[in-house]
Amino acid sequence: MAYPAQYRYTREHEWIQVDGKQGTVGITDYAQESLGDIVFVESPKVGDKLEKGKVFGSVESVKAVSDLYSPVTGTVTAVNQELATAPEKINTDAHAAWILKLELSDPSEMDSLLDAAAYEAFVKEETGH
Amino acid sequence: MRYLPKSPADREAMLREIGAASIDDLFAVIPEEFRLTRDLDIPRQMAESEIVDHFKAAADHNANGYASFLGAGAYRHYRPVIIDTIVQRGEFLTSYTPYQAEITQGTLQAIFEFQTMICELTGMDIANASMYDGSTAAAEAVMMALRVTGRDNVLVARSVHPEYREVMHTYAQHQGHDAAEIDYLREGANAGRIDLAALEAAVTDQTACVLIQSPNFFGTVEDVPAIAEIAHKKGALLIVSIAEAVSLGAIRPPVEADIVSLEAQSFGVALSYGGPYCGVLAAKEKYVRQMPGRLVGETRDKQGRRGFVLTLSTREQHIRREKATSNICTNQALVALMATIYMTVYGKQGIRELALQNLAKAHYAAKSFSHSGKLLFAQAPRFHEFVLQTDEPPAQLNQRLLDQKIIGGLDLSKWYPELGHATLWCATELTTRENIDRAAQALAAASAMATR
Amino acid sequence: MSTVTESKFVGTSRKVTPHITQNEALSFEKSSPGKKAYKLPPLDVPEVDPSALLGDTLRSHNAQLPELSEIEIIRHFTRLSTWNYAIDLGMYPLGSCTMKYNPRVNEFVSRLEGIAEAHPYQPESLSQGALQVMDTLRQCLLEITGMDAITLQPAAGAHGEFTGILLIRAYHESRGNARKHVIVPDSAHGTNPATAAVCGYEVVNLKSNADGGIDVEALAQIVNEDTAALMLTNPSTIGVFENQVHKIAEILHAKGALLYMDGANMNALVGKTRPGDFGADVMHLNLHKTFSTPHGGGGPGSGPVACKKILEPFLPTPVVARNAEGRLYLDYNRPQSVGRVRMFYGNFGMFVRALAYILANGPDGLRQTTEDAVLNANYLRAKLEDLYELPYKTPSMHEVVFSDKRQTRNGVKTGDIAKRLIDYGFHPYTVSFPLIVPGALMIEPTESESREELDLFVDAMRQIAREADENPELILNAPHSTRVSRLDETTAARKPILRWRPPAPDATATTEP
Repeated sequence: MAYPAQYRYTREHEWIQVDGKQGTVGITDYAQESLGDIVFVESPKVGDKLEKGKVFGSVESVKAVSDLYSPVTGTVTAVNQELATAPEKINTDAHAAWILKLELSDPSEMDSLLDAAAYEAFVKEETGH
Repeated sequence: MRYLPKSPADREAMLREIGAASIDDLFAVIPEEFRLTRDLDIPRQMAESEIVDHFKAAADHNANGYASFLGAGAYRHYRPVIIDTIVQRGEFLTSYTPYQAEITQGTLQAIFEFQTMICELTGMDIANASMYDGSTAAAEAVMMALRVTGRDNVLVARSVHPEYREVMHTYAQHQGHDAAEIDYLREGANAGRIDLAALEAAVTDQTACVLIQSPNFFGTVEDVPAIAEIAHKKGALLIVSIAEAVSLGAIRPPVEADIVSLEAQSFGVALSYGGPYCGVLAAKEKYVRQMPGRLVGETRDKQGRRGFVLTLSTREQHIRREKATSNICTNQALVALMATIYMTVYGKQGIRELALQNLAKAHYAAKSFSHSGKLLFAQAPRFHEFVLQTDEPPAQLNQRLLDQKIIGGLDLSKWYPELGHATLWCATELTTRENIDRAAQALAAASAMATR
Repeated sequence: MSTVTESKFVGTSRKVTPHITQNEALSFEKSSPGKKAYKLPPLDVPEVDPSALLGDTLRSHNAQLPELSEIEIIRHFTRLSTWNYAIDLGMYPLGSCTMKYNPRVNEFVSRLEGIAEAHPYQPESLSQGALQVMDTLRQCLLEITGMDAITLQPAAGAHGEFTGILLIRAYHESRGNARKHVIVPDSAHGTNPATAAVCGYEVVNLKSNADGGIDVEALAQIVNEDTAALMLTNPSTIGVFENQVHKIAEILHAKGALLYMDGANMNALVGKTRPGDFGADVMHLNLHKTFSTPHGGGGPGSGPVACKKILEPFLPTPVVARNAEGRLYLDYNRPQSVGRVRMFYGNFGMFVRALAYILANGPDGLRQTTEDAVLNANYLRAKLEDLYELPYKTPSMHEVVFSDKRQTRNGVKTGDIAKRLIDYGFHPYTVSFPLIVPGALMIEPTESESREELDLFVDAMRQIAREADENPELILNAPHSTRVSRLDETTAARKPILRWRPPAPDATATTEP
């Protein structure tokens, strides 16, 4: 699956799409692929403060748990309730199944994230092919 | 050695296949200075008949043939014979945790039945596959409440089994949590129950949970709805610990609780000098992901046939490591199976009938013994245990009973010195009227002596 | 259920023939109102009015437990039992679990009346037999481990780890500083880091060296005055003896830190070497592994903790002691104790079984047991290492760890090979552990397997390796011969069904197998 060019990516395999100070966060197709069938998403609550690079939740498959790291600092404004009952949406379309929306405290933090091409190269490096 | 299935020739041949000159080659990796070159200094190898004799001799140095009024967290109930018949089947006895579901459906289905029965009895939505015992289950319930609420303070009723409280303190102290105790009432209609006013004053919005036991250590049934209301008003969870599972046949289930921790020893598990027993955690459904211990769930195979699997295992230590809900690995599967068989044998009607017999026996015993002392906490409802306060010290009184081959009540002075000469007594369906009458007579002899 | 024709096998199992098993619904589904499997004796005291005694604490509705007769209950559980694999049926090489024979005399003696019916609070004068069992077991375990003191209280291995780390914490606190972290190798069982965290320590992960062992130099770099302990499994989870263990202990001791030994793999050491001699300060034993108490479908276990003199004051209360007249008693007067970790004195019924096992073996039997366990693992290694990748060539003790590296070329993973072993009549090995070996096959045969049974296992593993090359689909869809095929674990976790519920009254009746 192609990595949308308008998204930015972390080395921990989250994506973020930003419109002004509003960000939308999910996990990448590579992340869902390596986890396998996702059975549970642990999300923060609306109003929680997230810090760039810090754990804000987790995604679980049957036999693995992966922590979620915030791409930027900000305050949660919405959580995707659909994932509570249908976590498989992430497997179906990881780049559409957002986990949360947040208001960025410092949009300049975006500069340190990877663009689609750099992320794709990073994934290639990590998987060794 | 009779457990080892190899002939000397087998060993020689296998060493040749490996390419080792002698068995010592395989241990050469152990530095020489640490190799044990002598025999271990332990008893010599015994024949099976000698082993049986050894333990028969030990058994004879225990209390064989005594009538007993001991309870206090370990209860003597009749164990239907088929329990041991079934649990000694090698397929149950000698299998392990059902990781490979296709060849452990027997264990998995039995655990699923166990979980369902515990839910039915306790009024909770979910139950796990068992924990070590009632005391550690209560401690794990407290840890769970701390995780759920993100708060730091714990309130524990002093009428919770003293050893449960000790275990809970051991668990909590190293995680920087503060556990305060709430006293019980000494006087009035609610004597023997938790002091609700003191509880209300102590619960704050930093209280993670309130831990009570019902029936409590004195045998008194707590007012669970009232306690729940106080806890929930401040957002704290209520944990109800149940040490006597048979009570659930007659006592209203603690449906207002958020977590129930149960000791299921009464359900067909031998006293065995204190273990192994069978703890269980049951809870409201919304806490399922914070629950420690194994869970079995129903699912289907590729052909659509029903089957059972261990599920939600990402909570557990083998996946989450230092972030796990608990470090627990094994549970008490075989003991839980005993309890499952027991609950199936007694069934819907039997558990109630059994509980009511216990109630009647204890009522009769309490009445009989109250001629020789003061029945404490007499007004609040109680199940099959009661506290007797006497002029005579418990040691003296119990010695006279021992002379009659009766083990009397448990001396409470170690834990509740404020009660003076107080003893905790228990009667079950196995306590005969004859033994109650004999014990009452022996007790009366003392009070006669005292009044003289 | 699907039956397998021999032609489906690339290889042919010599060990099993498919046979019929009985279907059996849940006990709830078989229940009918009014059936009974119990009869209480007539009440010999006056009847009571429960609502008068209990008031509003009386239960208003009976719990919906099944109602069945005794024959139905016997059949119910007997049928369920036939769906299980067990040691009594054959080799159960679950690595790190030590699935050895569970002698039946152990079960017999644990059910003797004076033992099974002993109440934990009966007077000490009437408990001398029980205390004697605990005292003898204690002495045997101290001699076997080379330690100075022991508690039998912990209910299982992980509970023993918890107790052991609490002892370490109490020791450091008594010297004025609890310290901050516990070092755990990346090869360790998940209980180790979980335990350290539960005891309030930070976990510092230590990467294994190229041989899968402790990287002694890396260890020396990270041990400092904040280190409370290292949790070491020896032999390690890849079945290798840490031959630098004394040096490891020295590095720790030089900084005032302690060496905790996870005794899960003690079956490789009993009678051949003693942890107390090679530098361990505290360790737990798993009576259900090394000392043959039954695994029972997942427990009960028992996890005594043995330690050196310096840790003795902190042991949980009570401990068994002997007074001046030679009588045994429970000593509660231990002011520096970490407290209780369990009510009463531990899983006493397991002490009885473990002691019976030790008495049945004696010093010569225990040594031979260890030697046979190590012999068996090395035999499997020698017979399989040409077909399965051996990631670490270091000598094996009681278990051997392969990887699925060669089989993954055909898309066959360790979990698939494990499922295929079921068709050949074996319980699988431990899958995907330790984590330092990607695609691990962790095989622990124990001493309880004859050469004939090992050869059948070798045969099965070799045939599966061939199937991986010639017909991987066969392995990927295994098992083919069980009551149920691979179960949908994903749906089980997404929409958990954790209890039975009666069908809605209007639902069309369907019969379950």
